[in-house]
Amino acid sequence: MELTGAEIVVQSLIEEGVEHLFGYPGGAVLHIYDAIHQQEQLQHILVRHEQAATHAADGYARSTGKPGVVLVTSGPGATNAVTGIATAYMDSIPMVVLTGQVPRPLIGNDAFQEVDSVGITRPVVKHNFLVEDVKDLATTIKKAFYVATTGRPGPVVVDIPKDITAHKTEFSYPREINIRSYHPTTKGHTGQIKKAYELILEAKKPMIYTGGGVILSNASEELVKFTQLLGAPITNTLMGLGAYPASDKQFVGMLGMHGTYEANMGMHNCDVLIAIGARFDDRVTGNLEKFCPDARIVHVDIDPASISKNVKVDVPIVGDVKDVVTELNKLIEASDQRLDSAALSTWWQQIEEWRAQDCLKFNRDTGTIKPQFVVEQLHQVTEGNAFVTSDVGQHQMFAAQYYGFNKPRRWINSGGLGTMGFGLPAAMGVKIAHPDEQVACITGEGSIQMCIQELSTCLQYNTPVKIINLNNGFLGMVRQWQEFFYDRRYASSYVDALPDFVALAEAYGHVGIRIEKPEDVRQAIEDAFGKYKDRTVFLDFIIDREENVYPMIPAGAGLNEMILV
Amino acid sequence: MNKHIISLLLENESGALSRVAGLFSARAYNIESLSVAPTDDATLSRMTIVTSGTDQIVEQIQKQLNKLVDVVKLVDLTESEHIERELMLAKVEAVGDARDEVKRLVDIFNGKVVDVTDTTYTVEITDTGEKLDSFITSLSSIKIHEVVRSGAIGISSGDKILAV
Repeated sequence: MELTGAEIVVQSLIEEGVEHLFGYPGGAVLHIYDAIHQQEQLQHILVRHEQAATHAADGYARSTGKPGVVLVTSGPGATNAVTGIATAYMDSIPMVVLTGQVPRPLIGNDAFQEVDSVGITRPVVKHNFLVEDVKDLATTIKKAFYVATTGRPGPVVVDIPKDITAHKTEFSYPREINIRSYHPTTKGHTGQIKKAYELILEAKKPMIYTGGGVILSNASEELVKFTQLLGAPITNTLMGLGAYPASDKQFVGMLGMHGTYEANMGMHNCDVLIAIGARFDDRVTGNLEKFCPDARIVHVDIDPASISKNVKVDVPIVGDVKDVVTELNKLIEASDQRLDSAALSTWWQQIEEWRAQDCLKFNRDTGTIKPQFVVEQLHQVTEGNAFVTSDVGQHQMFAAQYYGFNKPRRWINSGGLGTMGFGLPAAMGVKIAHPDEQVACITGEGSIQMCIQELSTCLQYNTPVKIINLNNGFLGMVRQWQEFFYDRRYASSYVDALPDFVALAEAYGHVGIRIEKPEDVRQAIEDAFGKYKDRTVFLDFIIDREENVYPMIPAGAGLNEMILV
Repeated sequence: MNKHIISLLLENESGALSRVAGLFSARAYNIESLSVAPTDDATLSRMTIVTSGTDQIVEQIQKQLNKLVDVVKLVDLTESEHIERELMLAKVEAVGDARDEVKRLVDIFNGKVVDVTDTTYTVEITDTGEKLDSFITSLSSIKIHEVVRSGAIGISSGDKILAV
């Protein structure tokens, strides 16, 4: 049957199993919107800003493992989406972004709402396409989904000129696709896996360090088994939280700049480091010269370019984490050989000494609301099972440190790019994917204002998320650095003239509650998830103004050079 | 910092060149020259990049290039025996004694004088980049008006083949 390009876009998305599409209309995509309007399988979520469309699709993708899908118009529609595309790119999130383009005869003429979308997005996508013929449209969309979701996932942009959405052609969606230049390695090399296994068994002071790759690969179960078979301590990166249950005693907390003392000291002193689906980011390694001085390193990653990029490793294994860890587990289970138990027990004694420092303790008796306390209370009320999104800054670190994630895909934050404004739209996306689950957005008064217009979308689509606004009246992380490294010169870190968030939430049709006393924190959170279960609730917690995130590794220091409280 | 000649087969599609060029600038890799043209297979372009860096950086360059979806195959020619060629056109001043001197040098470098005026010679030389450099050096006091170089291209020696 002959379909128009616009109808082909819609049918292709349906063929891909897409149920929700986040977007914003405009001239170049009107044909596509018209085609969406004439069917019911694919639900379109109208956001209030294209950046939010990408973040919502991103939250949807992170919480489900399915690709997030976005539709925006040409020009400003595409440029507004760039921040969200880059956010997904840095965290390897599968996403397909369809951008409208001016009709082909106008391309290059500085036409109204024309921008070189393929050029602008090139450095922040896994791949992108400009569709030049309606006959290529279905195949290109198929390729986009294939590239976005396989190997190391990432966003893919498909730029579609308006005239192509009006042209007709015979539609048949390809069942399979082969791209001759794209064959990601998923199966780990048997010889390398064997080598890793042998090296791991030599460890006297092992440390398992895992990242977002474990979550992307859905390998949490395999990782838990691996860790428990070995009996070794495990730390997760910011992106990897939830892959191993935080409540388990083998978990030593997050590592890195605001990681725990025991995790960072464990890294620094280990003799064999098992890195899985993590990329040795600068916020994790601190000073590379001082990083894990005594360790031999095994590194499992699906992206060969992540291996030995920042830190030279001894046993590289390119492959899908789930496959490789399954193979490692088989080798361990097939033999009676285990880690040297006497050495392991001495190592654990040392780790327990570090843990006894209780580096996440904080003063509870100040009479002011401590942000850490709010996160703890949120954990208790939601029994550690909520989906928690965050923005970027102090509140993000408090959420990562104090929520205690026990399941993968529950902690949703912009780790790589560090995008303020991510939290609220991401929470919306999560809620649309999981309407029956509890969803909270831990944010600050700085970040929330970067995408606050989405409160309107929350009302339209009835996505009752709970906004936990840790309001200290400062751009907290900026202020913290200015306190430490700029002699308390608080340049532009003070957020003057804040809105009345309660009134603002109410103006958008939601529930707003201001909480100023520690004794009111629990009740407010309980009300948000209880009494106001079906409403979007904005909890504005007026917190301790100058609380800092501890512990901290200053820039340029090693993991053993932490500032404790 | 060693010089490397990386040879790529990439999809002959719009945007493929800018993906490669963008990668080098985005990641602050050195790029000394880049030359690209379609091959006998119209769907493929062959690109030759001359770059330099530590072993670790060159390894990253290769991995990052391989990650580009448009890159079909890649080889670092400098890892084994190879043939490297670069074409240079140079317009130099040729008056008085210099007229003979330039001609003599061109002969030594197996080049050709391809255009002549009363005051200039335009010479063509094909050789490795290093040889072209030494030709320029050996001109010493002779005035050079213009130099145009193609950037290196290369191919493996023997029966090693870079093909799909």
